[in-house]
Amino acid sequence: MDAIILQILNGLDKGSAYALIALGLTLIFGTLGVVNFAHGALFMLGAFCAVTLSRIISLSYIVLDDTKKDFLGNPTKIEVPYIYDWLGADTGAAIIDWSVPLSILFAIPVMILIGVIMERGLIKHFYKRPHADQILVTFGLAIVLQEVIKYYFGANPIPTPAPEAFSGSFDFGVLVGFDPNSIIYPYWRLVYFAFSMVLIAGVFAFLQFTTFGMVVRAGMADRETVGLLGINIDKRFTVMFGIAAAVAGLAGVMYTPINPPNYHMGMDFLVLSFVVVVVGGMGSLPGAVAAGFLLGVLESLASMGWVIDLIPGINQVIIYLVAIVILLTRPRGLLGRKGVMEE
Amino acid sequence: MSTSNFTRRGVLKSGAVAGAGLALPTIFTARSAAAFTNDPMGSSVTLGFNVPQTGAYADEGMDELRAFELAVEHLNGGGDGGMLNTFSSKALGGNGILGKEVKYVTGDTQTKSDAARAAAQSMIQKDGAVMISGGSSSGVAVAVQALCQEAGIIFMAGLTHANDTTGKDKKANGFRHFFNSYMSGAALAPILTSQYGTDRKAYHLTADYNWGYTTEQAIRESTEALGWETINTVLTPLTQTDFSSYIAPVLNSGADILVLNHYGGNMVNSLTNAVQFGLRAAEANGKKFEIVVPLYSELMARGAGKNISGILGSQNWDWKLENQLGARYSGTNAFVQSFGTKFGFPPSQAAHTCYVQTLLYADAVTRAGSFNPCAVVEALEGFEFDGLGNGPTLYRAEDHQCFKDVLVVRGKENPENEFDLVEIVEVTPVAQVTYAPDHPQFAGGNLGACNPGA
Repeated sequence: MDAIILQILNGLDKGSAYALIALGLTLIFGTLGVVNFAHGALFMLGAFCAVTLSRIISLSYIVLDDTKKDFLGNPTKIEVPYIYDWLGADTGAAIIDWSVPLSILFAIPVMILIGVIMERGLIKHFYKRPHADQILVTFGLAIVLQEVIKYYFGANPIPTPAPEAFSGSFDFGVLVGFDPNSIIYPYWRLVYFAFSMVLIAGVFAFLQFTTFGMVVRAGMADRETVGLLGINIDKRFTVMFGIAAAVAGLAGVMYTPINPPNYHMGMDFLVLSFVVVVVGGMGSLPGAVAAGFLLGVLESLASMGWVIDLIPGINQVIIYLVAIVILLTRPRGLLGRKGVMEE
Repeated sequence: MSTSNFTRRGVLKSGAVAGAGLALPTIFTARSAAAFTNDPMGSSVTLGFNVPQTGAYADEGMDELRAFELAVEHLNGGGDGGMLNTFSSKALGGNGILGKEVKYVTGDTQTKSDAARAAAQSMIQKDGAVMISGGSSSGVAVAVQALCQEAGIIFMAGLTHANDTTGKDKKANGFRHFFNSYMSGAALAPILTSQYGTDRKAYHLTADYNWGYTTEQAIRESTEALGWETINTVLTPLTQTDFSSYIAPVLNSGADILVLNHYGGNMVNSLTNAVQFGLRAAEANGKKFEIVVPLYSELMARGAGKNISGILGSQNWDWKLENQLGARYSGTNAFVQSFGTKFGFPPSQAAHTCYVQTLLYADAVTRAGSFNPCAVVEALEGFEFDGLGNGPTLYRAEDHQCFKDVLVVRGKENPENEFDLVEIVEVTPVAQVTYAPDHPQFAGGNLGACNPGA
């Protein structure tokens, strides 16, 4: 039982990432009708916002230490962050330590800007083109973006740790009456799960309770009628593209302490997120979130030893198996609108 | 009136026949002269360096390319000569190879077997490369080695650690300087038992591909022989990024050691996840829980950051070797000086093995007096050398594997910079990592005969 609870917890934080990426994907599909294969790259760009801010905060000058020699026998170069001089060593070190959460503030405007430039500069020219063209151009864009990141940051993963206060793990099992060490859970994964819930709730509240959101929802339901009412729905959809980019980016920022970011991380999530969108229902926001968590949990449960012993290889195919079953039995997805993907 | 026999058609016919007649002996001469593939006829010889220039191992590939560039510079008499000054063989004089200037072309393996073969094929057929070297993966090494065998080209493997490269997939035209999974197990096991005790229970997470299998087998057999018990072995998909669902059950499994048979991005992520789940701080069976990473890579250690602290593993070479363990490892400082001066940071073990392989090939050609692959094979088989950074080394004739000391290393607790992430715990003498050519972990292969091609 404790093993199952543990895998459900693991699945929830995995599902958090799937849900956040899929939420943005389905938002773009629902508003603009575009299948955005560059969405994984936006997740990756968000992660590199955290890397960039961490490097900016840690900008240093060199002090030569004559008492120590480097590998060539020259005096050792010691890097001293400027922030230590400006704010004192303790405050400076604390800010560097908290660079990942601080990156949220940095990533929001950067990702919205990237999203808007992407939509206005490239994707808007493909609205009336077939989905195949949209997939090709956005996939190409994703490759360009990841090569740009690789050029500047290299191919190697870059460690971007969580603040020291969240670096450990806690014994969740003891809290709920199990034996010690039966359910150990890292603090940061709990933070990630809570953060994703807040972000998802924020997006839903924005769409549900603001006039802007109401117009966007109306546009999603009937774009032509909203346009005939004299509302510039295109401008609002562009903003929504920016918001979707920011959601993916924030998912990436907060993911960096879980796995060190590399230029390829977006591609690792892209296919899974598309499966999540299809299972949840193309264009359905609640569907994307529900399917994200569902598939995350199923993937974790399928990785349990006795499950693999029972059905070898199930851990590698479970998500795709679910997608096949859904597409065969309910093509519109779990919470998809009637008619979508059913023609 | 005179009539001429010269017509336009007649002249063309006669010319064609005469031309063919004149050319015929030359064609036969040229063919008969090329007794082997890509015999370099001009004043230069071309080497092919096949490394990952794109993909997840691109940084490691870049370091290999730097080393190749440096080796070529030294072979042509440039720079400070690097390890040419310390190499026990004095055949090379800094005037190229057999007096021919060394040039090189590069290919991108993308760490994919088919792409690596295509790149090697192009360098052999289009650029006339007489030797292929490089690589950061055993799958790629095995594929390119087989291609070189068919083409009649020498393959000097770069970073490849699976037993199979010089085991079941060994080829007469292929040579490996890098150590292998068996050697990691043989070197690590005694240190692991001396540091952590003989009453230990191990849980293996293994990357689901050839290198993972041979490494798991090597570590498992060598640790079990010294008293450890293997509790469980779990295969993880190569494409896995989040290992939490594989790591989470470990602490409650009865194990007190986790062995991560992972490399590259897999290693960075699984180790990071294991530390997140508190395994480094945990206790099990009344003992401190420990993590082991059999194959270390400096670049991957950099990716894992401070999570690598205190983790034991093995290496083929380290840039601090000569400073810490003395003149037995001469050549290390010469190489580090050359590389560091040119590029500004110390070389990785991948760079070292590629540099050494290039020098060993050039030396073998020079001693053999020919670029003929069969002459090179003969010169390398059973060749004993020193001064290339690993101490006395043998290229064993039976399987074309180098035998030398192996390093056991540990992630530093407080690294001074990003290039000083590991400390040398012990150097395992070559006798302890030497095995019989017909050892079961290397069974099933056949070296065959060398192929000169053409």
